[in-house]
Amino acid sequence: MPLIELSGVHKRFGQHEVLRGIDLGVESGEVIAIIGRSGSGKSTLLRCINALETYDAGSIRVEGRLVDRSSRDVRAVRQTVGMVFQSFNLFPHLSAGGNVMLAPRIVQGAARADAERIARERLAEVGLGEKFENFPSQLSGGQQQRVAIARALATSPKALLCDEITSALDPELVGEVLRVVESLAAAGMTMILVTHEMSFARKVCDRLIFMHQGKIHEFGRPEDLFDSPQTPELKQFLRAVD
Amino acid sequence: MDQFTTWDIVRNLLLATRWTILLSVIAFAGGGIAGFAIMLLRISDLKVLRVASIAYIDVLQGTPLLMQLFLCFFGISLLGLEVSPLIAASIALTAYTSAYLAEIWRGCVEAIPKGQREAAESLGFRFIDTLRYVILPQAVRIAVAPTVGFSVQVVKGTALASIIGFVELTKAGTIITNATYKPFLVYGFVAIIYFALCYPLSAWSRSFERSLRAAH
Repeated sequence: MPLIELSGVHKRFGQHEVLRGIDLGVESGEVIAIIGRSGSGKSTLLRCINALETYDAGSIRVEGRLVDRSSRDVRAVRQTVGMVFQSFNLFPHLSAGGNVMLAPRIVQGAARADAERIARERLAEVGLGEKFENFPSQLSGGQQQRVAIARALATSPKALLCDEITSALDPELVGEVLRVVESLAAAGMTMILVTHEMSFARKVCDRLIFMHQGKIHEFGRPEDLFDSPQTPELKQFLRAVD
Repeated sequence: MDQFTTWDIVRNLLLATRWTILLSVIAFAGGGIAGFAIMLLRISDLKVLRVASIAYIDVLQGTPLLMQLFLCFFGISLLGLEVSPLIAASIALTAYTSAYLAEIWRGCVEAIPKGQREAAESLGFRFIDTLRYVILPQAVRIAVAPTVGFSVQVVKGTALASIIGFVELTKAGTIITNATYKPFLVYGFVAIIYFALCYPLSAWSRSFERSLRAAH
C-alpha cells in the first residue's frame, strides 16, 4: 500500500478548477518533485494532502487514512506528513528551539526535557545546533527555513511536503536548504517537493511530475522528462526555465 | 443652611469617585471575560456561532449606551426582579464593553498572518492550541494599546449610570450642584477627576504603542 495515495482528486476555487483529477501513489522512501507553471495546481495539491485545503471530489489517503479536514483523523494525518512552507512561517515569539519543541510538547504531550532533547537533535541535523536560543528575527532566511524543516521533523513524520521552500530565499542561501533536503532524501525520507530548482529536482528525485492546468501532464524518471519531454507543454516549460 | 467649603465639595466628589472606579473595574473585567468569549465565537469555523456573535456585537454597538442602561434597569424590574442601580449598570456596561473588546481583539487576532495558523495546523495542533500557543501570544502584543485606549471610553461611559440613579462621580456632582448652586465649580472638579483617571490610561496606551513600533 502506498504511503500517500490520491485518486481522482478534484478541487475548484469558485469557477476555477485548480485540480482536475489527480491520481498518484507515493511509496515509502520515494522522493517526488513536482514542477510546472505557477497556477498549475502544484501548491494546492500539496496543501490538500496536509488538509490545509479541502478537495471537492476523489480521495486522498495517508497510510490508508482518508484525509478529511473535518474529521478527527486529520491530526493523525498531519503528524504523519509534515509541511514546510515557502515563507517559513516560523513562530516569531519563540526561539528556534521553542519552535521545534512546541509540537512534540503540545501535540504529542512530550515532557519538556524530552521535547528539548528532540529539538536539539533536530536542529543539529539541519546544522543549527548552536542556534537553539536564537529568535527567528536573528536568523538568515536560509537558517529560518532550516529551523522550519527541523520543526516539521520534530513529530517524526513519515513524509515531508515541501512547498517551494527555496523560492523566498536569496540565491546564495538556497544551497544550504537544498543540502538539508538532499541529506533527508539520502536518509530515506519520503518527500514531495514542489520546486523551481530544476537541477536539484533532477539530482534528488526518483520521479518527476510535470503539472499543467490542474492535471499530471507528464510523469516519469527525471532524466526521461528533462532529456526527452513528450508533450509540447513540457518542452515549452523547460525552454522557459532554462 | 450649612455652607459648603471647596474641600467639602472635593471630598464628596472623591468619595463618589470610588464608585466610578468600581463600576469601571467591574465593566472592564466582566467585559473582558465576555468579550474574549464573544471574540472566540466571532472567529469560529461554525457559521451559526459567527452569525450569533455578529448580531450581539451589532446590536450593542448600534444602540446608545444610555438605552442599554435604561433597558437593563427597567427591563429587568419588569421581569419582577429587583435590581439595584449598581447591578443594572454593571450588566449594561459589561455588555457594552464586551462588544467593543470582542471586535478590537478579533482585529488583533486576524492581524496575525494566516501562515502562522497554517503552520500550527500542519503540525497537528488543535484549533484551541493554535490559538493559545501561536496566535494569542502574538495578538496580545498588538492588543494592549487599543485595549487600554478603549478602557478610557469605559471610564467615561460610567457617567451615564448616573441617569438610573447610581451615585457615582457625575451623579454626586449633580447632587452637590443642587445643594451649592455652584455648577461651574463642581462640574469643573468633576471634569478634573475624570481627566485624572483617564489621562494615565491614554498615556499608558500611547507608550505601549511606541514600544510596539520600536520592537519592529
